Amino acid sequence: MATEHAIRVEALTKSYGDLEVLRGVDLAVARGSITALLGANGAGKTTLVRILATLLRADAGVATVGGADVAGEPARVREAISLTGQFAAVDEVLTGRENLVLVARLRHVEARGLGKPAAVASALLERFGLTDAADRRVGTYSGGMRRRLDIAMSLIGDPPVVFLDEPTTGLDPQARNEVWDAVRTLAAGGTTVLLTTQYLEEAEQLAHQIAILHEGRIIVDGTLAEVKALMPPATVEYVEKQPSLEEIFLAVTGAGAGAPAPQGGEQR
Amino acid sequence: MTAIADTATLTGRSLRHILRSPDTIITTVMMPVAFLLLFVYVLGGAIDVGTDSYVTYLLPGILVITIASSVSYTAFRLFTDLQGGIFERFQSLPITRSGPLWAHVLTSLVATAVSLVLVIGVALLMGFRPQASVLDWLAVAGILSLLTLALTWLAVIPGLTASTPDGASAFAYPLILLPFVSSAFVPTASMPGPVRWFAENQPVTAIVDALRDLLAGNAPGSAIWVALAWCVGILVVGYVVATALHRRRSA
Ligand SMILES: Nc1ncnc2c1ncn2[C@@H]1O[C@H](COP(=O)(O)OP(=O)(O)O)[C@@H](O)[C@H]1O
Ligand SMILES: [Mg+2]
Repeated sequence: MATEHAIRVEALTKSYGDLEVLRGVDLAVARGSITALLGANGAGKTTLVRILATLLRADAGVATVGGADVAGEPARVREAISLTGQFAAVDEVLTGRENLVLVARLRHVEARGLGKPAAVASALLERFGLTDAADRRVGTYSGGMRRRLDIAMSLIGDPPVVFLDEPTTGLDPQARNEVWDAVRTLAAGGTTVLLTTQYLEEAEQLAHQIAILHEGRIIVDGTLAEVKALMPPATVEYVEKQPSLEEIFLAVTGAGAGAPAPQGGEQR
Repeated sequence: MTAIADTATLTGRSLRHILRSPDTIITTVMMPVAFLLLFVYVLGGAIDVGTDSYVTYLLPGILVITIASSVSYTAFRLFTDLQGGIFERFQSLPITRSGPLWAHVLTSLVATAVSLVLVIGVALLMGFRPQASVLDWLAVAGILSLLTLALTWLAVIPGLTASTPDGASAFAYPLILLPFVSSAFVPTASMPGPVRWFAENQPVTAIVDALRDLLAGNAPGSAIWVALAWCVGILVVGYVVATALHRRRSA
């Protein structure tokens, strides 16, 4: 019956030609939790998410989402998920409202008793602070507005598992906080969230579980407390200082392994 | 069937793109109309095709050019969807996998039909006087639709594989040039040996000859079967390759 894990990944591998991107990834994500998949640029986060979202086939290994195998039953997996890709996947020519109505129709919200597409769209516009811009073409939106719309589109139809691939990259701090709030609201409602990030701070802020993807494997997987416990205890010393996740990352991956800055500049 | 409803929803979306930027229709129609004007009013006087109305002779080839020019926008629109990530969003939704592709194909049929009507309208203003019966017109519409469908699936291939927007639409250039080496502008009898052989055995000549007969109200000769065979052949190849490429995207 209902497994306690919304996502299970075992010994998953994927290469692009000679480039071995995933070399045996193991991961289990508890239902209703927020899991951060942490990794530097090029670590393979997007590759893993695209496999889980049935957009890409793995070379070997098993992955199930909502109890369905991504390779064997992709249609069932797609019933259970939604994906917000690394780059906002919105229709620039349509208005924000039209984008939402489009996805609401494709998710058959009306037939599933979730309300009329127009009503679903209005509610999400309100929730993501896009009501004023609702009837403008998305081509005129700022980066933050696009991202909010993108995430709103992913929530239509209440999918039980949501993938967010670097949802705050390129956002200014205010827009980032809005996205964080949306993610927390989601998880509070019982949705399982797997988000990828290069920002340790983001993982610390949001995630119940943190998995670090490095050189094709999950090298660390646990709660924030567990991950922090991996840090060698402070020796001697007069000043007590909690190790930051960034220091843990550096310790685990080997010093100077290209750990990203916690918060990059933002642009619109 | 939800698959049909979903494809209709997606088709509505890309038709809305065309309504919002009707310039794509204008640009589609511009080149065929320019050829029409150039050949009828500038070069036509020096071309002897054995009929009184050169525009009537010319129109079938111009319609083929219109279709080629229109489907290059299909490749471009598909390419844009892939680049923007919206295509992946559709692919991760619980809808028929081929739905987003079919939506582009159906949109192409509608946009091309509108372009063809506009070009025929201009030809009528320029003195094109068809003798076709209703049945002949239906046959003309059938051949044009089949050719549009075939070339649209062909256009899906660069739409899925191109790496630049120019690359996606550039595939249409050879299609636009092909009518020049056919019976579209001048009778093939006037061409030197090898060129004539090519012209008489390439699809545009059969298609143009069949259309010309139908529009003149004459019973079409064997050209119509050759034309249909070419259209079906291109359609099958285009469809098979395009859907294989589409499936391979997720390999
Ligand atoms: N389609 C592809 N073909 C070849 N290499 C790819 C492809 N997609 C990604 N890569 C490479 O795989 C590695 C992992 O990419 P990706 O999963 O996007 O990492 P991340 O999302 O963690 O930044 C990178 O080195 C990237 O260049
Ligand atoms: Mg990525």
